Amino acid sequence: MMGVEFVALSLTPILIGVCVAVACALPGNFLLLRRQALIGDAISHVVLPGIVVAFLLTGVVATGSMLLGAAGAAVLSVIAIDLIRRLGRIEAGAAMGVVFTAMFAGGVLLLERSDTSSVHLDVEHALFGNLESLIWLDARGWSSLLDPAALSGLPVELPRMAVALVVVTAFLWLFWRPLALSTFDEGFARGLGMPTGPLGLALVVVSAIAAVAAFDAVGSIIVIAMFICPPAAARMMTNRLGHQMVWSAAFAAFSAIIGYVLAGYGPIWIGASASVSAAGMIATVSGVILGVAAVAGPHRAKAS
Amino acid sequence: MNISLVTDRTASNESARMASPLAIRGMTVSYGQNPAVFSVDVTVRAGAMTAIVGPNGAGKSTLLKATLQVIKPLAGTVSVFGKPLAQMRDRIAYVPQRASVDWDFPTRVIDVVLMGMYRQLGLLGRVRRHHHEAAMASLTRVGMADFATRQIGQLSGGQQQRVFLARALAQEADIYVLDEPFAGVDAATEKAIIAVLKELRDAGRTVLAVHHDLVTVPEYFDDVVLLNTQVVAAGPVAEVFTDANLQATYGGRLTTARIDPESVAG
Repeated sequence: MMGVEFVALSLTPILIGVCVAVACALPGNFLLLRRQALIGDAISHVVLPGIVVAFLLTGVVATGSMLLGAAGAAVLSVIAIDLIRRLGRIEAGAAMGVVFTAMFAGGVLLLERSDTSSVHLDVEHALFGNLESLIWLDARGWSSLLDPAALSGLPVELPRMAVALVVVTAFLWLFWRPLALSTFDEGFARGLGMPTGPLGLALVVVSAIAAVAAFDAVGSIIVIAMFICPPAAARMMTNRLGHQMVWSAAFAAFSAIIGYVLAGYGPIWIGASASVSAAGMIATVSGVILGVAAVAGPHRAKAS
Repeated sequence: MNISLVTDRTASNESARMASPLAIRGMTVSYGQNPAVFSVDVTVRAGAMTAIVGPNGAGKSTLLKATLQVIKPLAGTVSVFGKPLAQMRDRIAYVPQRASVDWDFPTRVIDVVLMGMYRQLGLLGRVRRHHHEAAMASLTRVGMADFATRQIGQLSGGQQQRVFLARALAQEADIYVLDEPFAGVDAATEKAIIAVLKELRDAGRTVLAVHHDLVTVPEYFDDVVLLNTQVVAAGPVAEVFTDANLQATYGGRLTTARIDPESVAG
C-alpha cells in the first residue's frame, strides 16, 4: 500500500484526518480543564443550520459562505446559551444541551425541506463527513509531492485544515500563559487585571474555527470525539499541562492514522468485503485509547 | 437595630483616603434582588493588618472580589494610593479562597508560584534563572521549597494555602489581599502564614484579609472591619472590636450555635 495507490487514495485523507484530530484535540485540553468539554460538541452541532442557511442563501457549497454561516450560527448559539442560563437560571451544561440539540434538529429539518440533492449536503454527510472521498486524483506516486501541477489538484480540504491547525496552534502558543493561568485560577487572573472573559471567548472562537473547518471534511462525529477523547486520555498520562498537550496531539494523530487504516483495510483483513466509515473508526480508536488510559494510565487517579 | 455606621465624609478623611493603600467607597454588589454588599466605605491603613469579619453571608469575600474587580460591582470606586485600581494592579497581590480552584489541575507547585510573575513575564517572556530563584525564595518563605516539583493535587490543604501565599509573595506587591487564608488549614500552617504576614506588615506592606475566627482577631490583626452587608464598625481592634459592635454585626446570634441555611462562604 506504499505506492502510487496509497498516495492517491489514502495519503490525503489520512493527512486531513490528522490535521482535524490535532486541531480539535489541542483546544480540547483547555475546554476539558475548564469543564466546558461539551462546547466542542455544541459547536459541531450548531454549525449545521448555519451551513444549510448559507447554502440556501448562496445556492453553492463554498467554503467562505459556509464558514460565515457556521460562525453566525455559533455566535447565535453562544448568545442563546447565555440567555437561557441567565433567564432560566439553569446550569450551563443543561442550557448547552437544549440549544445545540434544538439547533441541530432545526438544521436537519431545513436540510430535508430544501433541495440539496444536487450538492453533497445531507444529514449523513453532516454526521460522518466524506473523508474517504477526499482523494488526490492527480497523484502519480510520492514524486507528485514535488510536482506543482499535481499539488494544485490536492483536495481543498487539506490546505484548509492545515490553515486551521496553524491558527489553533498559533493561538494556543501565543496565549499559553494567560490561558493556563485563567483556566487554573480565574479569580487570581482577574485580580491581575487579565481580561478573562474575552480570553475564554477567544478560546471558544478558535475551537469553533477548528470545528467548522473540520465539519465539512469529516462530519461532527470525529470533531466531538477529538475535542474530548485525546485530551481526557492525555490527562491520565501526565501531571503537567504542557506534556498533556503533546500527549493529546499524539493520541489524536494516532487515532486518525490507525482509524483510517483500520476502516479501509480492517474489514478486508478479517474477510469482510466492504470497508467501514473512517470517521466512525477514527472516533472509535480514540475512545479505545481513552479506555486504555483510564485503566492503565500512570496518573489516572485523582490526587487525594 | 441601633448601630453606628462609620461615615467618613469629612475633608480630613478625604486626604486619608488619598494616602491609603486601598480605599473603597460606596461599594455595592448584588446577586439578583438583594444586595450582598451595600454602600461600603473602607479606608485601609497603610502598614497595618486589617481583618474583615462578619457572619456567613455577610459579603466578606464578595467585598474583596468586587474591590479587585474580580466580580463586577453595581457601584463603587476603589483607589490605590490615591490612583484608580486599573493603573495600580501590580501593587496588589490577591490570594483567592483555596477552595475556588481545582487542585487536580495538571501543574506543579513551582509553576503555580511562577504565575505570580505573570506581569513581569508577559505573554511570551522566558522563565529565566532569576525568575525561578525568586519563585523558590517565595516557597522557602512559606516552608514549601521541598515541594517545588510536586503536583499540586498531592498537597494537603495547609500546603495548598502556603503555595497560594508563595504565589502572592512572588508578586512583590505592596498590598496583600487574602480571602480566608486560615480556612481549613492545620495549626502549623496557620502559624507559618501569620508569621509571613507579620513580616510583610513589619516591612511596611499592607495586609487585608477576610477572617472567620473571632478569637484570633486581636492577636493577629491591628485593624478590623465588622461587616454585615454594610459596615457596622471599622477601625483599630482595641477601639472597634467590642461586644456591642460584635452583637450588632452578628445580630445577637453570636453566642448561640447556629446553622445558617443561606450561608455560602463569605
